[in-house]
Parts: sequence; C-alpha cells; structure tokens
Amino acid sequence: MQIQEVKHKEALTSNYAVAYAVKAADVDVIAVYPITPQTTIVEKLAEFVANGELNAELIHVESEHSALSAVVGASATGARVFTATSSQGLEYAHEILHIASALRLPIVMAVPARALSAPISIHGDYSDVMNARDTGWVIYIVASAQEAYDTIIQAYRLAESVYLPVMVAYDGFLMSHTVEPVELNDESEVRKFLPRQIRPYTLNPKRPVTMGPLASPDWYYEFKYQQVLALREAYKVAKEVDVAYGSKFGRSYGVVETYKIEDADYALVTYGGAAYGNARIAADRAREKGIAAGVIRVRLYRPFPTLEILKALEGVKAFAVVDRAIMFGSPAEGPLYKDIATAMYMNGIDKPAINIIHGIGQRTIYVEDLYKVYTMLKDRPGKEVVFMGVRI
Amino acid sequence: MTLPKATQLPIGAVIPEPGSTRKNITAGWRTLRPVINDERCIRCQLCWLYCPEGTIVEKRGVFKVGNRTYDVKYEINYDYCKGCGICANECPTKAIEMVPETT
Ligand code: SF4
Ligand code: SF4
Repeated sequence: MQIQEVKHKEALTSNYAVAYAVKAADVDVIAVYPITPQTTIVEKLAEFVANGELNAELIHVESEHSALSAVVGASATGARVFTATSSQGLEYAHEILHIASALRLPIVMAVPARALSAPISIHGDYSDVMNARDTGWVIYIVASAQEAYDTIIQAYRLAESVYLPVMVAYDGFLMSHTVEPVELNDESEVRKFLPRQIRPYTLNPKRPVTMGPLASPDWYYEFKYQQVLALREAYKVAKEVDVAYGSKFGRSYGVVETYKIEDADYALVTYGGAAYGNARIAADRAREKGIAAGVIRVRLYRPFPTLEILKALEGVKAFAVVDRAIMFGSPAEGPLYKDIATAMYMNGIDKPAINIIHGIGQRTIYVEDLYKVYTMLKDRPGKEVVFMGVRI
Repeated sequence: MTLPKATQLPIGAVIPEPGSTRKNITAGWRTLRPVINDERCIRCQLCWLYCPEGTIVEKRGVFKVGNRTYDVKYEINYDYCKGCGICANECPTKAIEMVPETT
C-alpha cells in the first residue's frame, strides 16, 4: 500500500488529539461526564458536534457509571461509541468495565490517567488505569499526542475485530494539557481504514436477542474463558493493526517501544509519556558517562506483550522497572514490575531487577533521578523496591 | 447430557433467539410442589395472579365439581413451577398444598 502524504498538521494537546481521532473515526454515540483532566476531550467533541463536523449523538449523563452504561447500551445496538474518564470517574464506572468486556462490546475509551483520592489529587499518575487492569479490557498506554491520535484509530479497528473494549491511557496533565505537533490523517482515509464491523448479535427489535442473562455455575466459567481467548487473540490482532496502520499512514509503534536497547547493559522499563521521555534523556547522559543504557516502553499493557519484553531484555545485565502506581501490600509494589517478574519466572529467567516507584500524584520525575537509577543498576544490581522522590 | 464448549457458545453470553425458556425446563431446583385441591378451589384467580413464574394455567371448559359447574379450572405447569409456595400462601381457601418432590 502507498504511504499517504501528510496533509494536515496541528498543535494539539493529547486530549484534543483524541477528539480529532474520534471525529475521524465517525463515531455515532458519545456519552460523558466531566472530570479533570479528561474534560477538554469532550469539550472539543461537543464543539465538533455543535458545528456539524461530526454527526454523533452526544449524551450528557449524570455520572461516569451512567456514561459507560449509556455507551454499553448504544454499542449493543451496533453503534460506534466513545467515552472518556479519569481517576474517581473510572473507579465509579468500574462495575460497568466488567460488563462492557464480558458483553464483548467494542467500546473505545480514553483515560488521561490521574491519581486516586484520598487525599484528593487532580494530578497525573497511573493508579486509576492500574485499578482497571483486570477488567478484561485491552489497555494501551501511549507516550505522545501523536501516538494518542494514532492509537484511538487503531483501537476502533482492534475493538471491532475481536469484540473487546479498548482503553487508551496517557499522562494526565503532562500530556492531556500540553501541546505537541500532531499530523492528522485524511478523514476519508481513516474511514476506509475503519469499515464498520458490527457484532453478530445486536439489540434489534426485528431480531430479538437477550444480552446479559443469568448464567448458572454450569455456564458462567465458559464465558469467562471466552474472554481469556479474546484477549490472547487481541494480542495478535493489535500487532497486525499497528502494521496495517503503519503501511497506510506511515506511523507505527509496535506493542513495545525501545530506545538504544540493542547494545544496552542496563535498561529502564516504563510506561507513559513523562517517564519515557526523561528516561531517554537519562539514558543518553548515562551513555556519555560510559554506562551502556537503554529504555523499554510498554505500549500495549493488556494483553501483556511478554515475548517482546523478554526479547528486549535479553541482552541486559540488570534492569529497573519504573512504575507510576502503587500496588499496596504486593510482594513488590509496582504493577509492571509484577508482570515482568511473572513473565521472567515463567520462562526460567533470573536477573537483577529493581522496582522504582515514582511520579505518584505527579511528583516530578527528574532526569537526574532516572540517571541515578542507571548508576544503581551498575553499582549495586539487586532486587529491591525503591520509593524514589518520597520524603522518608 | 453434554453442554457446549466455551468456543461453541455465542460470544458475550448472548441468547440469540427469543423464547429459549420454552426449550429450557426451569423447574430443576424445586423441592416442594404445589398441588391444587379442585374441591376446595373457588376460582378466585389469586394464585394465577400471584405466581411469579406465570406457571399457573387457566383452563377454559365445563368442569363439574360435586354439584357445582365451573367454566374455568386452574392447573400448574410443573415444567416451570419453581416451588416457591407463593400460590399456597395466597390461596384464601387453603386449596393448595405444598408436597415434597419425590424423584
Ligand atoms: S409454587 Fe410458586 S412458581 Fe409454583 S405455581 Fe406456586 S407460585 Fe407459581
Ligand atoms: S387461589 Fe386458591 S381458590 Fe383461588 S383460584 Fe387459586 S387455588 Fe383456587
């Protein structure tokens, strides 16, 4: 396929980039409740709808629980839908997260990630996304406004191929409210890339079906196992969609992104924009000081890209996982660390791996901090959890 | 009986056709069954009205009971009656008795 020429470039926040992608995807129903730092996504979408640029039903609901419920209903009729939330809003919608994935509805939701109360914090970390980790959704964590735009479009194709809801998360404020240049695709090309794939069964008075019935112990487990299979399938399809998107629009990311990892002795593994951006600068600084440093970013978080992570870590002597959420009471408190540790254990690999917890409640992650992690890896590689940046 | 495998079921636990309970007998959990004593029944319709499963059948016809004749009769569809006993509780003449299921 021929790579399409870039026709249009805008200065956009990640939130606005998401709104432009949703418009390009020609969604039918949007249901939302405002919460910081998500609000501006929907302000922009409301503007598109009001100006007649997007022919969608925009439903103002009374809570996030209702917002997700409304898109569940709309998606069940075969409509293409969108919603977005953050933090407590995602928590409030939590029970519907399970319903959306179990009903196998191709919903796409943006989550500019934000810390959880108490105490109240409107600032960014990944506590909300990590709490939604085990709900059967596909979860992307992206690192730039451009990637947010591209991934929302990919998300629709993935969601409608495997019939699973997809969450696209990114740093609250650090990305949701900061402006970057974003290349926008020709909308008619996006629509060609996203032919509507309606589920085999929809709510339709002409062909009545029952959705969400009671399942006795004889049946329930099989439906849960179906979700396991669907996520395994999603792993494969996510890679295919990324490749197809790349060949059409010229940008692709893989499920895992790496920086100078080929000859690295020491690596940082992380997710999201701020940590990845600073980790790359820290890696450059470490290399200036003679430490062979590299960075790995997990872009597809659920289903977990085990093979790609293990491959990226193959050559390193020691690595650190920088987590931006706390898994309270866990043997190691970082959620990504736990996933990687499990992946390594199951594949018989043992390596020094430090778990760094940082950026909680948007505590600044300095390049200097991450540089220090490289020196730690070199000087005292071990297995420990470090709560970096906290006053102890 | 062999039930279908996970990969054979419609995705998302959809029941793809209406009226599937006609095929699925739902009375498997009953331990007590209601039995109507037609002699005592005064055709007040309360059991029919209260049954949460709609399993009390109203039959039309000519029914002689002793020296009385009725044009209606109440029967229970045991394929769907779950044995909750609401009908027996509501019957004003105590015409319905809950008797243990025997297998
Ligand atoms: S026992 Fe319950 S379900 Fe059965 S006929 Fe009476 S009211 Fe209906
Ligand atoms: S409630 Fe009792 S008396 Fe009334 S119709 Fe039913 S069985 Fe007969």
